[in-house]
Order: sequence, then structure tokens, then C-alpha cells
Amino acid sequence: MSTLPTSPQSAESAIGTSRVKRGMAEQLKGGVIMDVVNAEQAKIAEDAGAVAVMALERVPADIRKDGGVARMSDPNMIEEIIEAVSIPVMAKSRIGHFVEAQVLQSLGVDYIDESEVLTPADEVNHSDKWAFTTPFVCGATNLGEALRRIAEGAAMIRSKGEAGTGNVVEAVRHLRQIKNEIAKLRGFDNNELYAAAKELRAPYELVKEVAELGKLPVVLFSAGGVATPADAALMRQLGAEGVFVGSGIFKSGDPAKRAAAIVKATTFFDDPKIIADASRNLGEAMVGINCDTLPEAERYANRGW
Amino acid sequence: MTNTPVIGVLALQGDVREHLIALAAADAVARPVRRPEELAEVDALVIPGGESTTMSKLAVLFGMLEPLRERVAAGMPVYGTCAGMIMLADKLLDGRDDQETLGGIDMIVRRNAFGRQNESFEAKIDFVGIEGGPVEGVFIRAPWVESVGGAAEVLATYDGHTVAVRQGNVLATSFHPELTGDDRVHAYFVEMVRAGL
Repeated sequence: MSTLPTSPQSAESAIGTSRVKRGMAEQLKGGVIMDVVNAEQAKIAEDAGAVAVMALERVPADIRKDGGVARMSDPNMIEEIIEAVSIPVMAKSRIGHFVEAQVLQSLGVDYIDESEVLTPADEVNHSDKWAFTTPFVCGATNLGEALRRIAEGAAMIRSKGEAGTGNVVEAVRHLRQIKNEIAKLRGFDNNELYAAAKELRAPYELVKEVAELGKLPVVLFSAGGVATPADAALMRQLGAEGVFVGSGIFKSGDPAKRAAAIVKATTFFDDPKIIADASRNLGEAMVGINCDTLPEAERYANRGW
Repeated sequence: MTNTPVIGVLALQGDVREHLIALAAADAVARPVRRPEELAEVDALVIPGGESTTMSKLAVLFGMLEPLRERVAAGMPVYGTCAGMIMLADKLLDGRDDQETLGGIDMIVRRNAFGRQNESFEAKIDFVGIEGGPVEGVFIRAPWVESVGGAAEVLATYDGHTVAVRQGNVLATSFHPELTGDDRVHAYFVEMVRAGL
């Protein structure tokens, strides 16, 4: 894509470039990335057609239930998952915990999610993601937040949603917010883009790039609260280029079947007949939580800034 | 215009949008293809980069595998990048046991041969038949070609490994020209398609 920084001029090869990091996310588009907590779940996800898995110790629904500090997963567990599947493996670090990120890089994960689902390690700074060969995905609730993460080196953005609730309402809010703010930038002339950058608290160069492209310069996925095939298709129709599913699969009655159904609905997101077929007899969906009854302190989307 | 080929991009999953843009820049009419009836309407096809196991699974699930095989066997021009190269291999190493390919090129392809994401890289690649200097190669968890049969022609190598192959109407690269803004490989493919119309 012409918008990505160009290659170094030398005949040597280069790893960890923006094109290689952002390009990796481009390959995941149209797909479903599933949260898994062990090798067995990872295999179920791969069999169902996941494009990647996210290795974590507890799915967000259990992090909510158990409370306490949520951290990076045990390296053994991550390695077992890497061994078990041939699709890309992602893993989560705490916000600002660049040492957890260093560990994940050393384990050879394919993407690091600097995630608000884990307990933040730094209340001021996110990790400097340019310092890594492994690419990062970060959550965002609005355009300014997405661009600040990209300025820090994120190579992929996802909506935050409200993970572990099985309620898609926050993911819808965040995606609509990002899309609306991009649409607004499209209508601005050059004079207005400086003020827009100030308003968004984001670098002018990135704001200008978004205004020209009409999209983020990196891939945008949806995350947080997807529990059904129709949820996944909704996020795609709202403009998400793919979908993360966390607790929605392995907290449901028939994970293998639901996982495959969500993959189908994500590919054929604009075909209600296929979504209907995919939605039949899936067994129980995760029970879910109404986001307006969540105490402020339990809202993960408020973590990060 | 009879001379403007209609080229589909297999849109089950992957970097479809970038291929559509590159094909349009190379003067083809480009459109996404997800269904057998959409496949029937195109002169040629690009199989994009993506996750090859997912793509293969979705092709089976949605009844695309046999129509795709039939069109490839009937001589439809096809270009595959990365996962697309894997789909076009007659034989695959390090794939999943149940992973289906379309075939089309007499070659053995090793999946993820260049390593995981931390080993993904970009490099300049000399490409036989493309003028104007080396093309920019972006390799992402990329496969390489272990060996080719007599009918297949090697068009590019990197570090001793074959990374671009053509056999008749079928073209495959380990790398992703669609991510670079350098449309010469797409233009090369569009010329292949045009020559057969």
C-alpha cells in the first residue's frame, strides 16, 4: 500500500519494518481472532477457521469474576499454544508493561496486544512500540486514542468494547465513534486539520493522513462483547475489517460450533441468509452483563487514554 | 472494452482490498469473488495473502473449492501471493493434515518456511520479465518453493530459495507486491491475462 513507509534502500533485508508489521494485520482481514487459554482451545479455534488465536490466562469474563490483578500469561502456556497450532499466535501485555512485551517478543508470539483487559502497569505511559520487532495491536474508543497508539508504534487497532460482558453495545459505540470522526475529517480543509489535530490530541501528520485516506493507516478490527454470529456481522457492516472474539466462544454451550458459526458470519457479513443459517442451534450463548450496571471501576474501556 | 480484463480477487479472507487497488492501477477491472456465480463471471483470479488454513477451510465450506479447481484446470489465469501461492501448489509441506490446495503449479511449497512474524522481512527482489530494477518484496510468515517440476519456470529467488514461479497461465509469489504500491507484478499478471483473451 502506497501509504506505508518505503523500504530501506540497501540490498539487505530488513525485519520489523512498518510495512512488515502493518502488512501482517492486513493478512488477517476478514477473519476472526479467538481468545484461548490452553492448547486444546487453540486447536478448536484453528479447526473452526480462526485466522489467529489470542493466548491469555483467563478469558475476560473470568477476569471480571475472579478480580485481582490480571497479568501476562505463563510463558509455558504461550509456548504450548504456539506448538499446538500453525496459525499466528497473539498474546497480551499490560498497558505500559514493556517488560512483559519484551518477554512475549522473546517467546516468538506473532502480535502483542497491549490490552486494557489486563490491569494497567503504568497510568501515564503506554509502551514504546517502535522499540519492538513484534507488532502491536491496541484498543481505542475514539479516533484520537487510535492515533495516539499508532504514534507510539501500534500496527493494528481494535475497538475496546467492554470485554467479558457478552454485550456488543460498547464495541458499536467505539467503532461508530471512530468512523464518524474519520468521516468528519474528510470534510475538513487543510486549515482546519491543525485544529483537528489539537482537538484529537494526535500528531498532525497522522490526522492529515487519515483525512486523505478516509481510513486509519492501519487495519481496524472490532473487539469486546461479540457473542453471536450476528454480532460479528454487525461489526463488519459497521466497518470493522475483522473481529476479535473473547469470552463469547469458550463461555458458550458449544464452543466448536459457535466458533465456526462466527467465522462464517464474519466472511458473509452482508448475507442475512448465511448469518441466519450460522445462527441456528448454537446452544446457549454466554449469559452476558448489561454495561450500564457495571460500576465505573470495572469498565475496562476507561483504562488507557 | 474487450481488451480490459475482468479480474476477481478471492475474498474469503485476507488482503483483498490491496489487490483490488493494485489491479485497478494496472488497468484491469477488479472485483471481489466469494461465490461460484461470481467466479463464473471473471476472466482471471487473484488469490490474496491471508491465512491459508482459514482460506482453504472457507473454500470447502462455501462450495468454492471444486469450482476453483475446475477453472484453474480449464486454464483460467491465476495469481497467488503468499497464502495464494500455497493454494496453487500441487504439493504442500508443513500444512494442516486436512488442508486442501487447488493445485495449478507443479511445485512443492513449504508453509511459513521463512519463519514466524519476528522473522518477516522486506527485501529487493530481481524478477525475471519485469523491467525497471528489482521489485520490493514484503515477506510475511512467508512460504518458499522447495522444488519445481519441469513445466514450471522460476522467476525469482531470495537467499537461495525460490520465491516466484510461473507455469503457463498460473503465477505465484511468496511475497506481497500489493503492500508496496509497486504495481509491476500486477501489471505483469494483467499482461498474461490480456494475452489470453
